[in-house]
Amino acid sequence: MKLLDTKKLAELASALKAKGWRVVAPIADGDCVRLKEWAAGAVLRLDEVPVNSAKEFLLPRSEVLARYRIEGNDFASEPVAPEAVKTVVLGARPCDAASLAALDTVFNWDYKDVFYNAHRAAVTLVTLACTSAMADDQCFCTSVGGSPDSTRGADAILRPAGGGAKLIFEPLTDKGHALAADAGPALADGEAKADRIADVPVRFSSEAVTEWLKSNFESPLWKDVALACLGCGACAYACPTCHCFDIQDEGSRKESVRYRNWDSCGLALFTLHASGHNPRPDQSSRWRQRVMHKFSYFPDRFGMLGCTGCGRCARLCPAGMAIAEVCEAIERASKVPVK
Amino acid sequence: MTDNIYLPTMMKIAAARDEAPDVRTFRLEFADPAERAAFFEKYRVGMFGLYGLPGAGESTFCVASPPTRTEYIECTFRRTGHVTGTLQDREVGQAITFRGPYGNCFPIEDWKKRNLVFVAGGIALPPVRSVIWNILDRRAEFGDVTIVYGTRTVADLVYKHELEEWAARGDVRLVTTVDPGGETPDWKGKIGFVPTVLEEAAPSSANAVAIVCGPPIMIKFTLPVLSKQGFAPADIYTTLENRMKCGIGKCGRCNVGKFYVCKDGPVFTLAQLKDMPAGDM
Repeated sequence: MKLLDTKKLAELASALKAKGWRVVAPIADGDCVRLKEWAAGAVLRLDEVPVNSAKEFLLPRSEVLARYRIEGNDFASEPVAPEAVKTVVLGARPCDAASLAALDTVFNWDYKDVFYNAHRAAVTLVTLACTSAMADDQCFCTSVGGSPDSTRGADAILRPAGGGAKLIFEPLTDKGHALAADAGPALADGEAKADRIADVPVRFSSEAVTEWLKSNFESPLWKDVALACLGCGACAYACPTCHCFDIQDEGSRKESVRYRNWDSCGLALFTLHASGHNPRPDQSSRWRQRVMHKFSYFPDRFGMLGCTGCGRCARLCPAGMAIAEVCEAIERASKVPVK
Repeated sequence: MTDNIYLPTMMKIAAARDEAPDVRTFRLEFADPAERAAFFEKYRVGMFGLYGLPGAGESTFCVASPPTRTEYIECTFRRTGHVTGTLQDREVGQAITFRGPYGNCFPIEDWKKRNLVFVAGGIALPPVRSVIWNILDRRAEFGDVTIVYGTRTVADLVYKHELEEWAARGDVRLVTTVDPGGETPDWKGKIGFVPTVLEEAAPSSANAVAIVCGPPIMIKFTLPVLSKQGFAPADIYTTLENRMKCGIGKCGRCNVGKFYVCKDGPVFTLAQLKDMPAGDM
């Protein structure tokens, strides 16, 4: 087996960078840990779930989709290619990798999105199995079909060993093997036993939640859960599976750059019609959409949940809201006998 | 990259017509004949497009002309916001951008020999008008055609010259109405709300299909009338008008329940709508 001294993670990053990889890793950024591009001197931190998900390396926050020009009777466009450089996300979490199934599905179920697919092909995802030192109370992957050492969606997984002093590198796909070939001496042969993974308790039954949602579109619960929501959209931006986007054109009447930007169903403008009619006029209808989409509509349409239990939305919420708590409340409501 | 679906094509405004206050029709011609051929290969009545301008963005509206007329497409829209405002300021000879056609269509091939009842309100005649002309251009294949169309005032009626043309035809029954107070001294049509006028007009539901399009409040009160007249939920069609950005089932904006209005719609039957969360439309 291939082993890596945890202290030598920067050495591995450096070796990969020298081989032409863009290396993205969990890096100390002020007092938080953020997945961002590694450069020499960056402090790597594996002790916290990064505030952002790996999504932004597959679906950038803002991306140019087209450049075009109308000049009199002439229409011209410049070819636009996604900036899909060979990238490794080193030390994403299993909940990041689990989101790929949802993203792959949305961007390919009908039209195959060339931009997303270019990023997807260029990214190698190396996850880090979570031990108790790396997970926290907001983690609930085990409630949505995941686990702290799930390999689903990952190209390789790093399993902490020796109390976190070592990392076992386990390639899972061709991409993972290709990465190992570029890893240099930081990755050496050896033997170790993986540490015990984090004990993430099952907080709710997602089946019970999905079932309840089928017949509770009009439940008063939505009014209660949404009261604290500020409608800032941070939950959607932090979410590894949220993929809704806006398209904006910037430029003059002659020239335009078309951007795709992240958007959120939690924002009031998301569904507002030009007429003034808004199908989701208040925060409770928008919170309902968030939960319904992840736990009812997405499973109904695509056969999978739209939540991987990473807990990022809850860690980031300025109002202290947590989707897992909403799901717990739903499960409690589902157990109240119907009169 | 030729398969970039987000890159629009260019259309020239071949003609423009004011229909009603703030409502304007453009006749658009594809700048590139290959684009025109590709469009009409796919276009079926009920599909929509995204119309735009550089630096402004895109707005979604139906293609208001039928696939039986392949030299151009038409769109009719109200000046409502930034994009529709800047679009309306364009003049004949100038260019706009276009993406489409997107969405599903009215299954008119299944309607052959059946009677058709069109019910439209206000600015919602354009999506129905393309179906009407599609049917009238192939008149012999279909049964009776009844059109009930209402607006707030006489001035708000769109396609005024075409309403006259339909009224003059022996093979179309046209009932026009305006809301009480919206009439002019020489108004010859009905005075009353669309659902009431529809009830009075009492088109037979025998072997008939109803196509309804209008503001939510009109739809809400029209559907029970149609049900009372014996139209089955699977024989009542409407077209949803959700806000859209991508038009191709990705951006999530038009989601109603598990449906993408841009892909699964915009055309739905009442039977389908009953499975969708009404509070999200």
